[in-house]
Amino acid sequence: MNNAITINIARFIILILLQVLVLNNINFLGYINPYIYILFIILYPIKNNRLLFIFLSFLLGLTVDLFLDSGGVHAAACVTIAYIRPVLLKFSFGTIYDYQTIKFSTTEFGQRLTYFSIIIFIHHLILFSLEIFNSSRIILILKKTLFSSIFTIILCLLITILFSRKNK
Amino acid sequence: MQQIINFILRNKTFLLFLLLLSASLFLTIQSHSYHKSKFINSANFLTGGIYESVNNIGNYFNLKTENAILLEENNRLKSILFNFKKDTLKEEYIDSTTFNANYKLTAAQVYKNSYSATNNYLTINKGKRDSIKQDYGVITSKGIIGIIDNTSKKYSRVMSVLNTNIRVNAQLKKTNHFGTLKWNGKSPKYVQLVDLQKQAPVTVGDTIITGGLSTIFPKGIPIGVVSAFKIDDTENYFEIDIKLFNDMTNVGHVYIIENLDAEEISTLNNLDE
Repeated sequence: MNNAITINIARFIILILLQVLVLNNINFLGYINPYIYILFIILYPIKNNRLLFIFLSFLLGLTVDLFLDSGGVHAAACVTIAYIRPVLLKFSFGTIYDYQTIKFSTTEFGQRLTYFSIIIFIHHLILFSLEIFNSSRIILILKKTLFSSIFTIILCLLITILFSRKNK
Repeated sequence: MQQIINFILRNKTFLLFLLLLSASLFLTIQSHSYHKSKFINSANFLTGGIYESVNNIGNYFNLKTENAILLEENNRLKSILFNFKKDTLKEEYIDSTTFNANYKLTAAQVYKNSYSATNNYLTINKGKRDSIKQDYGVITSKGIIGIIDNTSKKYSRVMSVLNTNIRVNAQLKKTNHFGTLKWNGKSPKYVQLVDLQKQAPVTVGDTIITGGLSTIFPKGIPIGVVSAFKIDDTENYFEIDIKLFNDMTNVGHVYIIENLDAEEISTLNNLDE
């Protein structure tokens, strides 16, 4: 249990630093950036105190906002996905979720892909809608959401595959 | 009472979610209006400090280009100086550069720059300690960068010209027709000039400079060249796309401009109210 806390604290700090110092300077094709700091929310232990989890997600988003001068857009997106995560888990993993025994490294690739894709897509949609905040630019919002989501999903999957090997 | 407490306990997750969501929406909406995003900005000791230590490593890689820019600027200033001296040899106060100065310049280094969002900001390494205040202008040797938006002790945040909230008074270099500089959020290479009277003789390739109407920038700081123009929907004004002189994706050193007369001008303007 103690181990899990240390891992999550380390993940929190490393992901934020990685995000704001490295990944936000990519600007692929001028505007595409991956937002992989939400791996913290995606991989947070299933058995958890939901209040704490939602609060931590808010803190995560707010810290990223601090660095990127974006008001509260990351915080809003993170809180939302943290709140709806149980529904998404149930949808993607089905019955295993009810026993609360999922380890992300042991699940099937297809299920994991669904879970990642949905959660990342929702996060990015909220993020860019709030950031642009103008309904007449809906095409730009959707374009940014789509391309950044694809980039984020690929990076997140690669990172989880890369780091789960060690445990076996 | 019992039931209210029970209700809160039963829905505590949902209530916390609502609370945090509304807090972040409040911050978001605040950040969309000029001069209101006080709490969440990167000019504080934590984010400023982290950006500073990373920048200390990173700026070695830009030394070559920075040197080239400095050399180019020195070259330009020297040629102005040498050509200027001939006509003004009789000038009494030639050695005193601060005599009768209206503007004070401070050099600063950019720690963080963004250009892919719709509201972009830069963080620079001068703050209240260096007597930098809100609404000072920020330029490079090539042209304008933005306006100081928030300051902390050691750092300040600059609202870039690539920000949909920015409004800068600008004019044509060859005539005195002026308009307002804005950004439509699309390309980091182009900004827009609106509200320029239809009578103005605009052609592609004209230089646009800052106008002297605001107290933030002195008149005559270069902005960019006209790349395309059309008449807007009201048929009275031009809508002009301007290609910036500055490469906003690569900004290293900047100058902060303080207008020493700003206070006097603004009190004069406020007399009418």
